[in-house]
Amino acid sequence: MAHVALRGVTRVYPGKPEVHALGPIDLELARGEFFAVVGPSGCGKSTLLDVMAGLASPSSGEVIFEEKPVKGVPEGIGVVFQEDASFPWLTVHDNIAFGLRQAGAADAEVAAQVGYAIEFMGLKDFARAYPAQLSGGMRQRVCIARTLVLKPRLILLDEPFGALDQQTRLLMGDELLRLWRETGATILLITHALDEATMLADRVGVMSARPGRFLDVISTGWPRERDSTIVSSESFGRLTSRIWTRLRGESIRALGRT
Amino acid sequence: MVGAVGLLELLCRLGVIPNFTVIPPSAMAQSLWKLLASGKFNADIAATLTNVGIAIVASMIVGVAAGTILQSWPAARRTLDPLFATYYAVPMYAFYPLLIVIFGLGDLPQVAIGFLLAVMAVIINTLNGLDRVPAVLLKTARVHGLGFLRTAVRIRLPCAAPYVFTGFKLAVAYSFIGVIGAEFITSSRGIGYEISFAYNNFDNPVMYAMILFILLLVITVNMSLHVWEKRLLARRRRA
Repeated sequence: MAHVALRGVTRVYPGKPEVHALGPIDLELARGEFFAVVGPSGCGKSTLLDVMAGLASPSSGEVIFEEKPVKGVPEGIGVVFQEDASFPWLTVHDNIAFGLRQAGAADAEVAAQVGYAIEFMGLKDFARAYPAQLSGGMRQRVCIARTLVLKPRLILLDEPFGALDQQTRLLMGDELLRLWRETGATILLITHALDEATMLADRVGVMSARPGRFLDVISTGWPRERDSTIVSSESFGRLTSRIWTRLRGESIRALGRT
Repeated sequence: MVGAVGLLELLCRLGVIPNFTVIPPSAMAQSLWKLLASGKFNADIAATLTNVGIAIVASMIVGVAAGTILQSWPAARRTLDPLFATYYAVPMYAFYPLLIVIFGLGDLPQVAIGFLLAVMAVIINTLNGLDRVPAVLLKTARVHGLGFLRTAVRIRLPCAAPYVFTGFKLAVAYSFIGVIGAEFITSSRGIGYEISFAYNNFDNPVMYAMILFILLLVITVNMSLHVWEKRLLARRRRA
């Protein structure tokens, strides 16, 4: 049984002419799988994430999460966005505690969970700082930690490292793998970085230019225990170039060149 | 500032400025001290401060609520936009007779003028702040399952706080202006009334003492708000 399944999902924006942004998409993610999505810009990757999270409803088709159709954001799904979504009026500690407090968790529970997440994401020295005092990478960690403490069973990440430099991205990738292994969550990662997709995912879905559909799904075959050092392995380059070959034509189309 | 006060003192003492026009600042301070110590105007001061306080609090509550609702109700906002644009062009005191008809001769007309002047500043600044809340924070609110009210209280308003605070600062200033100004026109008590009464009786020591009192009061209130605002903003700025 798939953990999350999309069946014939499309998303059409009304208007004249109406914009067909996505699909139809059929996709099944197994529980605990790490799935990455790459595609040309404007192909509907973020729309796909919105539909999966229940932030937008599909124009046709349905999203099934844990055997129930998604309507509104279901419990058990966490989302990390590309933009900085930290709350500037709260300290790092209170940012991370936000979701737990909203859910009415007891103070002791909040303290324990937040303490663990702060430790895990390497934010110990910044618990009392405000987001404005942190770097972009640190703020994204705060957002990841805020999602993590709610123990989501499905984590959706929309280019979470898009604004970060290359070294930070590799290290954040390692942290994401560690988090994935320790929580056992299913992860869907949207990225524009092919190497990031290849390095992190069990499977990489390659999307077409708009309306976005899956052209191909490529299995990487990595062991569950892995980190960023696999970028130097022989098959890494082969996989990345395979994805790029698939994507190249679509990217050219998306740029409007023939 | 100190120089200007010193100069005024000197000019008054030398008789360049006659004492029936302006009395020396030191005499104003002395007179104020005596009046405050005598407790003669305690009831007036209390009345004014109460009315100003009510106008401030009411304009804050109504202004923030109205701003929050309007920001998520674009149709109503479009309809009201011309009103917002011309609001401060209307001399609010022109409505004073009407307000007396509606509220009677008590304190309410003064409070109403203070409130009417103040509330729009809060609405406009609340709207301005809420317009700048990043879309990603609203998405985050939805991911956390927050409804309209919780999103407003936990996300939208805290995010807009610096702008809302600017609205509050203006509301404080407008409430003082509205209430004390209205006391000049028709009222039988309050600081504005006492200044007007002293003026009509050529009672310069009382008049200038009360003017000085208002000045000191408003400066103190605004300075405290300014300090508070700076502290609030310091967190949001890059260190």
